[in-house]
Amino acid sequence: MAEKKRILLQGNEACAEGALYAGCRFFAGYPITPSTEVAEALSVKLPKAGGKFIQMEDEIASISAIIGASLAGVKSMTATSGPGFSLKQEGIGFACLAEVPCVIVNVMRGGPSTGYPTGPGQADVMQARWGTHGDHPVIALTPAYVQEILFETVRAFNLAEKYRTPVMILYDEIVGHMREPIVLPEPGEIEVVDRVKPTCPPEEYFPYDERYEIAPLAAYGEGYRFHVTGLNHRQDGFPTNDPATIQEGIKRIIRKIENNRDDIMKNEEFHLDDAEICILAYGSTARSGREAVKIAREKGIKVGLLRPLTLWPFPEDTIREVSKRARVVVVPEMNLGQIVYEVERCADCEVVGIHRVDGEPITPAQIIEVMERYK
Amino acid sequence: MAGRYEIRFSGSGGQGMILAGIIMAEAASIYDTKNVVQSQSYGPESRGGASKAEVIISEDPIDYPKATSIDCMLAMTQEACSKYYKDIKKDGILLVDSEEVKNVPEGEFSVYTFPIIATARDKLGKTIVANIISLGIITELTGIVTRNAMEKAVLSRVPPAFLELNKKALHIGFEKGLELKKG
Repeated sequence: MAEKKRILLQGNEACAEGALYAGCRFFAGYPITPSTEVAEALSVKLPKAGGKFIQMEDEIASISAIIGASLAGVKSMTATSGPGFSLKQEGIGFACLAEVPCVIVNVMRGGPSTGYPTGPGQADVMQARWGTHGDHPVIALTPAYVQEILFETVRAFNLAEKYRTPVMILYDEIVGHMREPIVLPEPGEIEVVDRVKPTCPPEEYFPYDERYEIAPLAAYGEGYRFHVTGLNHRQDGFPTNDPATIQEGIKRIIRKIENNRDDIMKNEEFHLDDAEICILAYGSTARSGREAVKIAREKGIKVGLLRPLTLWPFPEDTIREVSKRARVVVVPEMNLGQIVYEVERCADCEVVGIHRVDGEPITPAQIIEVMERYK
Repeated sequence: MAGRYEIRFSGSGGQGMILAGIIMAEAASIYDTKNVVQSQSYGPESRGGASKAEVIISEDPIDYPKATSIDCMLAMTQEACSKYYKDIKKDGILLVDSEEVKNVPEGEFSVYTFPIIATARDKLGKTIVANIISLGIITELTGIVTRNAMEKAVLSRVPPAFLELNKKALHIGFEKGLELKKG
């Protein structure tokens, strides 16, 4: 086979390519640094692929539009950064409860508020978990390399369609704006999952059919009449105040994710087998962590990297396992301490954070300096 | 080459430093076959302010994407030069625009000075190609990419109407780079 052509792409452009590959044919968004290139690329490419691109009047309208498009049967996505992610929380909660597949990209910059638009941050990771109110399921993916952004965007759509739930892709400004040579996959080369549609006659259809953990989802306009609401609902989609139905509905949307952890979780493990020091890092900070492992190993320090590509649900079991062998888990992140507390909750050993919110990346040297104390 | 080779292009927003970084990255990774990561840092302004683009080139996969020990840095303004030169490594290269950077920093690195913007204006009538002249000079000073790869990368990134202009600019850079290297 002839060697495939490499192209130099930006992280945000790779996200757009991944969306197209996954079959996304609707994008609604409102431009915001450092995510704008996702929208720019799709505004050019979606119409050519038979899709639709719309710049909405704001972020709430954008997520509302993708929820609507998805209910009409079209794979849909929006992209934003921190300030827009705050506004989208209302729609994210609706999509969780109404079980509407969609993908939300958050290219994280410095916060809070308008913060530092052109600088990187990782301070939205807990917002991704708990930003919308109420108990709800969350899947969030954290790619760190340009090629990986493409693959993980496809995976985000696959998970959204399979589990009828919103999926978030979280990466920071550094990864969003960096360019690396990548190879675009051929059609059929990586798996693309489409949602399960009903096969029953329309009059027998329930959008939240109690016989299923994840019910088939009909597309509006194909003859299936059904009701969708942000209220707790019965299997026919209409509101209910029956306690048992309310509780079972909420438990089920959480259970459908928890019961499928094996399918949803994904980690990179680098030199972890004999690691006495474990670095747990995600996004661009994991690239610093990986570099630190390479340098420290040359100095004879037994260190490894655990890099979650699925950050939510949280890799609790893997951390428990790794922390039985390690003396310390080092958690570098571009915030003042978020994931580090989740690690503390699971780890069987000491946990130490490295935190920075000045818009500069955490360097390998910074991580090595902390590890030297534990060698 | 062993390990990482780090290049930083610095100047003012609007001078094409990020484009220079992209072209260098394409020359090294698409037209040569090395691994690269190109990243950038800029302020909220669309013009002005110190801006920089960085390219890491390596035979091996690259993890940390930012420059920390710079092999070659270009400075097109005094502000960028003063702000960013400190990461140049021992025996590294600093190339500055001699009319913009009057206060050239001293250190254990080689300094090359050349009126890049003035040359673009006087010889080609367009200051906008100063970044392309810089790429020509850097190709010769560093030898990190081949002339052939750099020329292909430049020509694939510019609109057809400006091919000749950019080709001339690049070749001026190649010649000046050779001269500067000979000293």
